[in-house]
Amino acid sequence: MNGFFDIPSDLDNTYFGLIGLHLREALLPVLAGLLAALPVAQLCVRFRWLYPPVLGVTTVFYAIPSLAVFVVLIDYTGQTELTVMIPLAVYSLVVLVPAIVDGVRSVPEETLAASTAMGFGPVRRYLQVQLPIAVPAILAGLRVAVSASISLVSVGALIGNQGALGNLLADAQKYGRPELAVNSVLTTAVLAILCDAVLVLLRNLLTPWMPRGRSGGRRPKKAAALPESQEAGAR
Amino acid sequence: MNVLNFVNAFFSDSAHWHGYDGIPQRLLEHVQYTLLALGIAAAIGLPVGLLTGHTGRGGNAVAFVATAARALPSFGLLVLIAVVVGIGLLPVMIPLVVLAIPPILVTTYEAVRSVDPAPVDAARGMGMHESSILFRVELPVALPLVLSGLRSAAVQVVSTATIAAYVSLGGIGRYIIDGLYQRNYEKVVGGATLVALLALVTLAAFWAVGRLAVSPGVRRR
Amino acid sequence: MTSTAKSSRSRTRHTGAAAVALTAAAALLAGCSSSDDTSDNPLAGEKAEAGTVVVGSNNFAESTLLADIYGEALKAKGLKVTYKHNIGSRETTYGLMKNGSVTVLPEYNGSLLAYLDPEAGQKSAEAVNEAVEAKLDKKLTLLESSPAENKDSVSVNAETAKKHGLTAESTLADLKDIAPELVIGGSPEFQTRQQGLKGLESVYGLKFKSFKALDAGGPLTQSALTKNTVQAADVFTTDPTIIKEKFVVLKDPENLFGYANVTPLVHKEGLPQEGVDALNAVSAKLDTETLLDLDAQVQLDKKDPLDVAKEWLESAGLS
Repeated sequence: MNGFFDIPSDLDNTYFGLIGLHLREALLPVLAGLLAALPVAQLCVRFRWLYPPVLGVTTVFYAIPSLAVFVVLIDYTGQTELTVMIPLAVYSLVVLVPAIVDGVRSVPEETLAASTAMGFGPVRRYLQVQLPIAVPAILAGLRVAVSASISLVSVGALIGNQGALGNLLADAQKYGRPELAVNSVLTTAVLAILCDAVLVLLRNLLTPWMPRGRSGGRRPKKAAALPESQEAGAR
Repeated sequence: MNVLNFVNAFFSDSAHWHGYDGIPQRLLEHVQYTLLALGIAAAIGLPVGLLTGHTGRGGNAVAFVATAARALPSFGLLVLIAVVVGIGLLPVMIPLVVLAIPPILVTTYEAVRSVDPAPVDAARGMGMHESSILFRVELPVALPLVLSGLRSAAVQVVSTATIAAYVSLGGIGRYIIDGLYQRNYEKVVGGATLVALLALVTLAAFWAVGRLAVSPGVRRR
Repeated sequence: MTSTAKSSRSRTRHTGAAAVALTAAAALLAGCSSSDDTSDNPLAGEKAEAGTVVVGSNNFAESTLLADIYGEALKAKGLKVTYKHNIGSRETTYGLMKNGSVTVLPEYNGSLLAYLDPEAGQKSAEAVNEAVEAKLDKKLTLLESSPAENKDSVSVNAETAKKHGLTAESTLADLKDIAPELVIGGSPEFQTRQQGLKGLESVYGLKFKSFKALDAGGPLTQSALTKNTVQAADVFTTDPTIIKEKFVVLKDPENLFGYANVTPLVHKEGLPQEGVDALNAVSAKLDTETLLDLDAQVQLDKKDPLDVAKEWLESAGLS
């Protein structure tokens, strides 16, 4: 009973069950963060003076360690998945707002003027012109948010088995079974890479106008570094 | 606001201001972990980023390394290494360095790549040595972006260095972990406040370095 | 010319559709997320479901093992059981017991008393249980204690024992002069507990050089002792590594660490009489020797605690 995939009984789950749980705990907050970030970003685009203070506040939020937020939230939401997911949603929001703002702002004036001339109203212009052009920037932000979220879920192990694959880490310590920690780290990393690949694929599907190399995997120079420049932009 | 009461209680308790578990000592430890991890990551990320950026080769390798490093969970690495080698500085340094390398490496690479080719060609035409081109033409222009990569890494390391406490090291994370197990919110909230303050100080420090180090000609653009 | 204009228009429509699809997908998934969140609502989900016994455990291996034994014994009597493992320290689990989120928790009677009333003396096992009952929240009660005992102890590593001539006959009082040179380790909560740094100072007058927060008698504690990062640490007396690593357990003549008999702590409303009887039957059969053996199966032989629990219940005729 001490093989690589032998999940200790106290986790009350299977290997694949933990993977599903981990994805759920990591991805739902990113989605929630995205949905909240879209209106916030739109406000920041509309009212330029709003952007610097929003950036300032979100930066401070981002610096607060997740574990501290978990502990304080336990009193309100208990030792539950929700306690893990709330701070992750906030972190996603923090990463995504500047990504969307920069992306939407990068739409050239002429393009906006052209769409207005074609009779697009503000809503249609936002959905059909600004948002699609901002897709590469938004997806770059999503890549950062998703990989951070997948990594941070594990910390939930410290508040009573709420860390999905991270619970294997606590058990690795408790029972002195290092192979469980190896399993946790490798599986989490593979999940992060797969999710990242899906987002890259999604971007390619959503931006058919972007230049693409023959190999398919090679990305245009600018796009390759977007996650990091977004991250830098978040502070 | 009870959170503010906790903050107030934490900082006004004189017992929190001296000894091996005092705020100055924990802050010092935290800064030490951060600087050490950032130093190691910069020693790896900066030269590799500058070289690949200058030559324009290895861009895919840089992106691959960054993706792989970003995929590794910090907390997982910490526990894994702690279980294998026992307690010490190593289990903390490896995840922090792995965390700091991607922003430094990718931003540096990208910063050098995005330098306007005209002055670079001009410098080459004037017969400047390749290393002079890198350090006297490309780097000064790329510096603001390079610094932003370092800053991004620094803030993440400041925040993440709290996990050191889980494997019995010090730093500000000590208050958060101890507070969790002792059910002492004062410590948790006080520790979180200290980390946020330290992150702000880090940002301010980078702003100051940027003012001093970035050439006015580049800054004005 | 016309064909270019046409294709660019169709492309606009295409991306527009893609954007709409993306937004719709996001909204759909968000719908799932919000419906999910309600099911995770702490007020709805955290309370133990009626008729289900929630067996909890603290964050160390023996606690998980004991919870598995309790839970399986209750299942054998036909009760519905769910587990909530690795919750944290007593400081957390006691709160969850009080509000009924957890129905049954393996406890150690004297350690619980020291948590509820740091000043209480611990003369005998019976007196301890009476004192606990007096201090317990009215919704909670202790069932019968087992003879199995697992105390906290201050143990020193082999190197320190040799250097200062400490043997199995040495007591905590013998540390008085050397404590200021020693770093002591323990779980983070050991720092603020009566059965921890506080009591060591008030009862034995021991002031250590510093305290290093480790884990609850887990691998960090072993690693810190064997690497001599700490010279003394809180080690559980049933820990199989004491013998393996030649740690020296110091005697406790003042009974600071008191009695620590394994005893079920129960939220009265959640456990029917047949459950009470089942747990009392477990306590009657569980002695220290058995507990040592079961701990070794989990921590040294790396067997799964649930399997170890089931095997023992069967061999004891309790399944």
